[in-house]
Amino acid sequence: MAQTLTPQQIFRRRTAGEPVAPGDAPQDNRHVISVLLENSVGALNRVANLFSARGFNLESVSVGETDDPAISRLTIVTTGNDRIIGQVIQQLGNLVDSLGVDDLTGSEHVERELCLLKVACDASTRGELMDVAKIFRANIINVAPDSMMFEVTGPTTKVNAFIGMMRPMGIREVARSGRVAMRRQLIFGD
Amino acid sequence: MTAVTAHATKPAAHAAPEPTPEVLSGAEILIRALEAEGVEILFGHPGGAVIKLYDDMDRVKPKFRHVLVRHEQGGTHAAEGYAKATGKVGTVVTTSGPGATNCVTGIADAFMDSVPIVVLTGQVPTHLIGNDAFQECDIIGVTRSITKHSFLVRDVTKMAATIKAAYHIARTGRPGPVVVDLPKDVLAAKAPYMPGDALELRGYSYAQQGDPEAIATAARMIQAAERPLFYVGGGTINSGASEVLTRIARKTGIPVTTTLHGLGAFPENDPLSVGMLGMHGTWYANQAVQNADLLIAVGARFDDRVTGKLEAWAPHAKVIHIEIDPACISKNVPVDCPVLGDVRLVLEELEPQVGPKDRAAWLARIAAWRAECPLDYATDDGALHPQAVVQALRDKTGGNAVVVTDVGQNQMFGAQYFTYVHPRSHITSGGLGTMGFSVPAAMGAAFGLRDAALAASAAGGDGAPAEPLPVISINGDGGFLMNSQELGVAAAHRLPLKIVILNNGYLGMVRQWQELFHEERYSHTDLRPSNPDFVKLAEAYGCVGLRCERAEDIRATIDAAWEVTDRPVVMDFRTVQKELVFPMVPAGAATDDMITQRFNPELTA
Ligand SMILES: Cc1ncc(C[n+]2csc(CCOP(=O)(O)OP(=O)(O)O)c2C)c(N)n1
Ligand SMILES: [Mg+2]
Repeated sequence: MAQTLTPQQIFRRRTAGEPVAPGDAPQDNRHVISVLLENSVGALNRVANLFSARGFNLESVSVGETDDPAISRLTIVTTGNDRIIGQVIQQLGNLVDSLGVDDLTGSEHVERELCLLKVACDASTRGELMDVAKIFRANIINVAPDSMMFEVTGPTTKVNAFIGMMRPMGIREVARSGRVAMRRQLIFGD
Repeated sequence: MTAVTAHATKPAAHAAPEPTPEVLSGAEILIRALEAEGVEILFGHPGGAVIKLYDDMDRVKPKFRHVLVRHEQGGTHAAEGYAKATGKVGTVVTTSGPGATNCVTGIADAFMDSVPIVVLTGQVPTHLIGNDAFQECDIIGVTRSITKHSFLVRDVTKMAATIKAAYHIARTGRPGPVVVDLPKDVLAAKAPYMPGDALELRGYSYAQQGDPEAIATAARMIQAAERPLFYVGGGTINSGASEVLTRIARKTGIPVTTTLHGLGAFPENDPLSVGMLGMHGTWYANQAVQNADLLIAVGARFDDRVTGKLEAWAPHAKVIHIEIDPACISKNVPVDCPVLGDVRLVLEELEPQVGPKDRAAWLARIAAWRAECPLDYATDDGALHPQAVVQALRDKTGGNAVVVTDVGQNQMFGAQYFTYVHPRSHITSGGLGTMGFSVPAAMGAAFGLRDAALAASAAGGDGAPAEPLPVISINGDGGFLMNSQELGVAAAHRLPLKIVILNNGYLGMVRQWQELFHEERYSHTDLRPSNPDFVKLAEAYGCVGLRCERAEDIRATIDAAWEVTDRPVVMDFRTVQKELVFPMVPAGAATDDMITQRFNPELTA
């Protein structure tokens, strides 16, 4: 069904990141957003609540104190088109407890995730596991007769790859921290 | 009064000698803090968790008044009505558990409609929180997504600062409800009372002045536009911008449409007014939206009841959005020129930058649409039409009244046929659409207006006592019953409310959808078997009850009601059952697909 859009309608769809022509793919992007939050009772609840109440996608969230114990930093990973991401940022900013909201996605930043992984093993497979761990620079933090525990940090893609390599060996348990991120300081220009 | 030594912890060395703070209970500190905020009236209901507060109110005789409501939901809507009529913050007090949960609907209503209220809820003692104690409810958790912010006061020394912060947040920026949860032991605990600053709110700020460049861009777009239209919402009234908006519209000759909450922001009897837009807006307002080349949205939020199917709405219009809440900008419709700021301050900046322009062709097109399809209903069949009642109320008051509507068909007739000319003369539950809103909200409005008039006549030296505006409550027979218990409160306080029931014997608005979209299957919308005798009900509460069954008696009934000045009057108008609200954009349909009358083969034949 051919439908002609007015220039204004095209502008609005473009700005929202919605498909303009019938064949266009939806433009959902992953965003990493850093939030400084008052470290008070209920503040974290309000953030989590915001995502469920407004139907925003919450892929990962991690929280911890900053150098100021009264302030915590949240790193949130969310997906959506430009209109939705704009809403996420504005709604987070509207929370009385939020002290700053920063979308790191467009600029140079570092993302890291920590993963603890318990993998089944026996005497015959232990060596192979250790080889893989070495390639990923994962630490062995516990060894038992029938399992080993690894600690790996890095960008999410690396953690995913490590888990993927270990999967055929029999994963017993996975615990991932969710992503933390920080803007890079660019000394030599970008 | 017992003197107490100042804090040993404070180094007294250089400080000027401070008056020794009095040691008071948490409840009394709360009372003092409310007085300091200028609170005039509390709508409340006591219970175990707040009994200390009620005891201290009796003992210390606060400067504010407490009104005992008969249901906490009524109290919350009364606080909303008070806030909307006066522009001040409304206050509610309830006990813990069921008292607090009874407020939830009112809090959600205030959140959707940006009404500044502070709800003070009792809570079980701090050591019992989380224990499933008697009448415990995590009201902070329950209301988290329907409050602007909330506080649990765990420490009596933070009481005064928390109350100050609560009122500050409720009142400033985009207004909204704030819940303050007060554990019983904190109300009883003692602390030195020191009036002073609010809690530090490092993360809270709100827009005020607009960006001058954005305003200049807006002015250029306005000057360039051939077919501009002001689209005015409730934020305009909240910020006190009605006057400057009216001046700009008249100066530039740009027509104005308002939302349900914008009614009264621009006088509807002005030739530039095209009335309300949206689902039950006028045909000509919606035509103007669909054909405009520029929409100047002022304190409005592009609600789905305004836009209908979003993609098809205002397809040719560039959009300027003047708005205080950054999250409202480009939420539903990406805008071409956002101007973040207080609506009044922004419009005052804009005013000198825009001027007249010849837009006769555009105004002529709008006039043609108006002539083609005016707001209309059958006036020649002798039946008692609800629209006629609203028009008669308008004639009686000349628009000098505050109209508080409920939800349903009565709400739409109240919006369409009253012709609002003053800001704050129309109050309704728009965003949440809460049946049962009108009676308590009208009561709250009447308290606020009467107190303001009394204060004005006490202050004014010319001897003529200022008369408060009459408050008219318009209801359906369904919604009226949902908070009718407050009639007794209004009667006890001798409020001369004019309460209208447009009694069609049905949940009329639902019936309308059933007729139009569900093949006339009237599933559970007939109220006649369970409706009470509304006249007797009114009389049982100490109000005057009047019944009107014929169109020719409408005016006499209203005249009789206006004779009563010392108590509420309930008017039971037995209106035609099958009236429909037109025009109508069916839910989710495109604005261009507005239907203007009932499909009737005999009419079209
Ligand atoms: C608390 C609540 N329950 C249900 C609804 C859904 N609803 C919207 S309008 C309406 C009918 C209202 O009937 P009535 O009060 O008689 O008003 P009328 O439409 O007949 O004027 C209903 C049930 C609502 N808005 N609020
Ligand atoms: Mg009805």
